[in-house]
Amino acid sequence: MGLLSDPNRRKALTTLLTRLNTPICVVCYLAGIAWFMGLAFEPFTLRTYMSENAMGSTMVEERFPAGERALATGREFAGHKRKAGGMPVDWLVKTMQDRGLEVFTQSFSRTLPFPDENKERYMVRGINVYGILRAPRAPRTEALVLSAPCSPDNSNNQAVGLLLGLAQYFRNQIYWAKDIIFLVNEHDLIGMQAWLEGYHHTNISGMDYTPLQGRAGSIQAALSLELSSDVITSLDLILEGLNGQLPNLDLANLFHAFCQKIGVMCTIQGKLQRSDWDTAEGYTHAVQTMMLMVLKQASGRPWGDHGLFLRYHIEAATVRGVNSFRQYKTDTTTVGRLLEGMFRKLNNLLERLHQSYFFYLMPSLSRFVSIGYYMPAFGLLATILLLRVSLHCLNPDMYKSWMLQFKVICCSPLRFISGEGTEQGWRVLKLVALLYLAVLLGCTALINFSLGFILAITLVPVAACVTPHLPKAVSALAMVLLSPGCTILYCVFIFQELQEAPVSLSEGWMLFLSVISQGILDHSLFGSLVYPLLALLVYPCWLLLWNILFWK
Amino acid sequence: MANYFTFLSIFAFINVLVFLPVIHGNSFETKASQFFSSGHTNNWAVLVCTSRFWFNYRHVANVLSVYRSVKRLGIPDSHIVLMLADDMACNHRNPKPATVFSHKNMELNVYGDDVEVDYRGYEVTVENFLRVLTGRLPQSTPRSKRLLSDDRSNILIYLTGHGGNGFLKFQDSEEISNVELADAFEQMWQKRRYNELLFIIDTCQGASMYERFYSPNIMALASSQVGEDSLSHQPDLAIGVHLMDRYTFYLLEFLEDIHPASQANMNDLFKVCPKSQCVSTPGHRTDLFLRDPGSVLITDFFGSVRKVEITREAINLTTTAEQPVEVTSVRREVKSEALSYVDQLPVAEIIHQKPKQKDWHPPDGFILGLWTLILLVFFKTYGIKHLKHIF
Repeated sequence: MGLLSDPNRRKALTTLLTRLNTPICVVCYLAGIAWFMGLAFEPFTLRTYMSENAMGSTMVEERFPAGERALATGREFAGHKRKAGGMPVDWLVKTMQDRGLEVFTQSFSRTLPFPDENKERYMVRGINVYGILRAPRAPRTEALVLSAPCSPDNSNNQAVGLLLGLAQYFRNQIYWAKDIIFLVNEHDLIGMQAWLEGYHHTNISGMDYTPLQGRAGSIQAALSLELSSDVITSLDLILEGLNGQLPNLDLANLFHAFCQKIGVMCTIQGKLQRSDWDTAEGYTHAVQTMMLMVLKQASGRPWGDHGLFLRYHIEAATVRGVNSFRQYKTDTTTVGRLLEGMFRKLNNLLERLHQSYFFYLMPSLSRFVSIGYYMPAFGLLATILLLRVSLHCLNPDMYKSWMLQFKVICCSPLRFISGEGTEQGWRVLKLVALLYLAVLLGCTALINFSLGFILAITLVPVAACVTPHLPKAVSALAMVLLSPGCTILYCVFIFQELQEAPVSLSEGWMLFLSVISQGILDHSLFGSLVYPLLALLVYPCWLLLWNILFWK
Repeated sequence: MANYFTFLSIFAFINVLVFLPVIHGNSFETKASQFFSSGHTNNWAVLVCTSRFWFNYRHVANVLSVYRSVKRLGIPDSHIVLMLADDMACNHRNPKPATVFSHKNMELNVYGDDVEVDYRGYEVTVENFLRVLTGRLPQSTPRSKRLLSDDRSNILIYLTGHGGNGFLKFQDSEEISNVELADAFEQMWQKRRYNELLFIIDTCQGASMYERFYSPNIMALASSQVGEDSLSHQPDLAIGVHLMDRYTFYLLEFLEDIHPASQANMNDLFKVCPKSQCVSTPGHRTDLFLRDPGSVLITDFFGSVRKVEITREAINLTTTAEQPVEVTSVRREVKSEALSYVDQLPVAEIIHQKPKQKDWHPPDGFILGLWTLILLVFFKTYGIKHLKHIF
């Protein structure tokens, strides 16, 4: 007979689950944490490889010559930006037209729900300028985007200069099969959101914008460029986008392949890959890189201008030039060559990037962990909840109190919620809370694994252990320390620690408050889901558990 | 007794007289059949590239280079069915529009000026390919899309693309199996649509495609064995793709040295692209072929060579009983001198041929005479007695 239909075996299984429930839960929890930490260990990861046949290897001849001229253009742009006190629209339009692009502008305005302390803006008004390079022989059905932000201070001038230099070089080539859009957006993410909404004829964030006059076909891939110095020592790749969405891994593979071909040092999360994976330092380095990615993904905010493209199924990444104190410097011409090579390879694409992974974690730029490998870590934590559910279901007192409780719930829900009820009523509430938490965390982990996992680490022990019979004061303190709010606080401190910029307690507190306000702003501006998830779905669950703790 | 012997001798004589014209009559057929010692009167070629998309540039270049060789060696466009699944020359991504190159130094534009593609783009399907081979095409199909071969045709079939163990992929959505191909060839044999067939395939695991053939008179070559991949030759950084596959690259190099009067045979073709150059192991299959591969000329399949034998006498091939005697004497005369056309094209100059290794001849009279003169003068001046000082 089967395991569950044979009464003897079933009795044995139920006694096993009831007696050994707590040890199994503890083992599962530790196993989940250990599995997650083990993901960064190099033999457990896979080497990245190019999955898309159409992109092939890096065999392309890059011939971009005009790095110095690009820098001169950047300086001109800086001068005009200072004079105009914002985006030098007329100069940009004229320069792009001189390079043979079809130039259009879009103006937008938005009033934030409350003033943004970090970027010091409240009523935002700006203009995006973009030029379209039409493919000489192809029909206008597909497009690629290269964008550079126009920052109000003195940064990213070289990015705009390089963008204009590449535009001029690309204009002279005949092998483009897709249109290329060169976009300079003002007020970084807000401008980008306005442009994308205008391009795709949607309005999800309540922004005011003028409709786009010129359009180029469906966008296949986008690159955002941030370059603030004439020479760089390394290029950093930023992948995390809105709601923790990541671009297709092939885009990162393409970047890495070209970095190796051209010989530029490339980093991810600002950390350079180490070759000594079997030492403790090498392993902690990989863990730090992976934890940074997890924290950035969990925050749900777009970490570069590219982050907003991902929602429209456009694979996008941000390339940031970093000038640190290394000896070997790379000039602008080489960076231009790298971008030229990437664009030539993206030009060869016949469909959107879809062959490689969409869900992955990267302990370094050449190693990745796919969803099949990291999901069991979360699965082990979710098993704890299900084990607790089974424990409560198998309790023989349950059935009697079930009937009673259902009567109570149906007849007078208010009395039930206010904490009155029978002695065993809290069990039903806990069952409901466990199931609810399991479903909530499961759904969250499917969309944004990092957020689901971090919430699970703190909430699952609380949900599993809380009963009214625990000592009130100590467990109340433990619950507050493991609440979602404190989880955010810990994440802030850990993030700063991993960035090698540790903060003191007061600074950390201020940072925590700004993170919360950023979360609310992201939700209202771009539709980020972290804030509503935490406020409307996770916190009530924690309150339910708090209620159980103080059950009379 | 004497009567008996006389009767026998007359009987024998009458028999000889009766059978002699028959014997001589047979000699007409044998003589006529000597005109066609290989058995074919016309040549056809079916050249198929089965893969599309820009990164499969090399497959189109493969087919076009075989097309170029076949046309150069004499098969006209009306006898070539060229099927290209995608257009590389006019692809938007081609930095050199209207060209398809086979070598990264861009020496050879195999697209040329007069390429004639019969099946293009989405018309290259398994169904169309099999219909071309078996001849089952609708009445409205134009002549250029038909394989109008007969039982005296030698057909060259060249396939390239992406393949696997037992199949060849057509156009990213369908495939042809080796069993289907073998059955198609059997249909061709039963309908007497070929005299001899040469099948060349340049794909990964290409040898699996000819494993199932069972019709006579088929010779097959493949660029790699089962379990091996056929590799591409070299990328071109300016164009950004691989230009050709290794096997066809060396095949093209080999064919560039063949001219219409070349006597190279199939054993040379089997040696093209050994493992050191190709990395994969090319294979071939000759067990279904009736003739010995060493006696099969390359131009039997790749060229369209017509057998012409020149004679000065008029030969009456209609047989009558009294003709034989004069014919035999004439035949002996004709056999004594074999005539041939003057070489109309200075072929060796047009095609860059490797200079043939000359056989060593003993030095001719002039050199011998010169050296004798020098020696005589030497010994005259210095005298014979000085010989012993030299030697």
